[in-house]
Amino acid sequence: MSDETGSHTDVPENLPSGRGGHGDEVAKPNPFANPGLPPHEHRRQDIDDKAAKHSERVVAGLFTLSMLGTIAFIACFVIFPVDKIVYIFPFGHVSALNFSLGLTLAVALTGIGAGAVHWARTLMADEEIADERHRIDADDELRENVRQQWITGAKESGFGRRKLIRNTMMGALTMVPLAGLVILRDLGPLPEKKLDHTLWAKGKQLINSNTNQPLRPEDVVVGSLTFAQPDGLEESQDDFQQQIAKAALMIIRLKPEDIKDKRELDWSHQGIVAFSKICTHVGCPISLYEQQTHHVLCPCHQSTFDLSDGARVLFGPAGHPLPQLRISVNSQGNLIALGDFEEPVGPAFWERS
Amino acid sequence: MKKLSARRRHPLAALVVLLFALAATGGLYAVLAPAPKAQADASQSSLAIEQGKKLYSVGCASCHGQSGQGSSNGPSLVGVGSAAVDFQVSTGRMPAKQPGPQVEAKKNTYGQKEIDQLAAYVASLGPGPATPTKSQYSPANADAAKGGELFRTNCSQCHNFVGKGGALTEGKFAPTLKGIKAKDVYEAMQTGPQNMPSFPDSTMPSDAKANIIAYLKAVDSAQSPNPGGFTLGTIGPVSEGLFAWVFGLGALIALATWVAARTTKAKKS
Repeated sequence: MSDETGSHTDVPENLPSGRGGHGDEVAKPNPFANPGLPPHEHRRQDIDDKAAKHSERVVAGLFTLSMLGTIAFIACFVIFPVDKIVYIFPFGHVSALNFSLGLTLAVALTGIGAGAVHWARTLMADEEIADERHRIDADDELRENVRQQWITGAKESGFGRRKLIRNTMMGALTMVPLAGLVILRDLGPLPEKKLDHTLWAKGKQLINSNTNQPLRPEDVVVGSLTFAQPDGLEESQDDFQQQIAKAALMIIRLKPEDIKDKRELDWSHQGIVAFSKICTHVGCPISLYEQQTHHVLCPCHQSTFDLSDGARVLFGPAGHPLPQLRISVNSQGNLIALGDFEEPVGPAFWERS
Repeated sequence: MKKLSARRRHPLAALVVLLFALAATGGLYAVLAPAPKAQADASQSSLAIEQGKKLYSVGCASCHGQSGQGSSNGPSLVGVGSAAVDFQVSTGRMPAKQPGPQVEAKKNTYGQKEIDQLAAYVASLGPGPATPTKSQYSPANADAAKGGELFRTNCSQCHNFVGKGGALTEGKFAPTLKGIKAKDVYEAMQTGPQNMPSFPDSTMPSDAKANIIAYLKAVDSAQSPNPGGFTLGTIGPVSEGLFAWVFGLGALIALATWVAARTTKAKKS
């Protein structure tokens, strides 16, 4: 046994019996002693040259398979049109391009991974080694040496004596990063008042998002839900997404006697109320309207608003009620806005008015 | 004749005669008595209303009131129209089994004729959306792409982007639209059953509804393509994340364990 672990100097401590001749106190076995490493066992590849050659071929084969996978990936990318749908048994009707790209890339990556693992396990050196820990700090002589050098340097440079140089140098070093900071200003235009305003303005007609026709009060029946956007906003416009993201409206009709909030009733037209579709929590489009309870639920974080009571927050993380748009009708009998929202739509932000 | 007269003094003879007399009276009354009334309002629809009223008194009146005015247990049916009755009864939602956050669909026990009679009666209480005709809800000539756009604007917030349904507040939910008949989808949009808002023809025209039905049909069939392979329920990022974490990482851990558990040594211990 001692022969097998002979490379270790602390062998005697490992052997509890048969070494007790030095006296009772000293010979007490230490149950937590380092048992050392077991003897190294060779792999077949270490002993058998034929096995090593075989492993080498396997690893090379896996890497070659990976190369073929990459070539197949490129070929599939070229061959399959993006809209080709094929039936593949357990998956159903899938895109030929997606499926083949995924499969070939998987082959390419798995080939590399499996080859590397097999290489490391069968061919790379696997002798166990122990790396002893040593002291982290330097020895006293070196520390003293460095300290002396530091003191000499400080004395020779006059760093402590020439205060003007020292202070201006510190000033210069502090100011340099400001140059980098200032460039960040060019990352984009400032939002200015864009978050405070939407496209809604006095006299602007409410357009039904389904039909692109102006909404009329008689179109909106009690219990119905309609989405509206400002007149003149077209999907072809460059800033359509930015504008609709702020201006989207939910139109519902309540019986006037069901409206509990006086301001909501005043801002409605015969019980037709227009609320922002943007949740005041983090700005999700919110329109899970329950027509019997008049609650609106946000699908993102379950904020719930009561549309019969000034869109008061009933539940959830939203901080303030959904903004309401004042509406009326114009001379043609179409629903119009009487101005922009009184407060910014969507989530709170710094300097929100 | 001789046989009959021979038995005229039988102890049960009086009972037989009485039974004959009763049957004759009742039969004659049934044939003759309603005749003047039937002549008074002979039209087919008022007969249906009459029959519907009878069905209504049995199945609906306990919650919706004797004349559809509603009660604390059920809303008024004045002005809901025949489309609402056709939807609620043919999907088995009405008559409701029990009160709760939401009345769920179940097996319908009424025949189409009885549903039509009930619908005719309820429609007679006040004007409302009529049961749609096949030409209105048929997706045959509809535009599924346009329907998808309309569906995502109007419906997907509750019913999920391919109509898988979803949760609402306090135990209510938007049911799945998979396998729902085109007529039922149309009627639900038109009438807004329970907590669903309605999408009347004035704000969503009939052809827009047909487009939506065509979209639902396009995403619902076994032939509908899934470019990415497994749909994982098409319920969004939660199922996809779960799949990646549980099965993706799980497979990697299993593979790593399998690799490390096998020794490479020549002498197996």
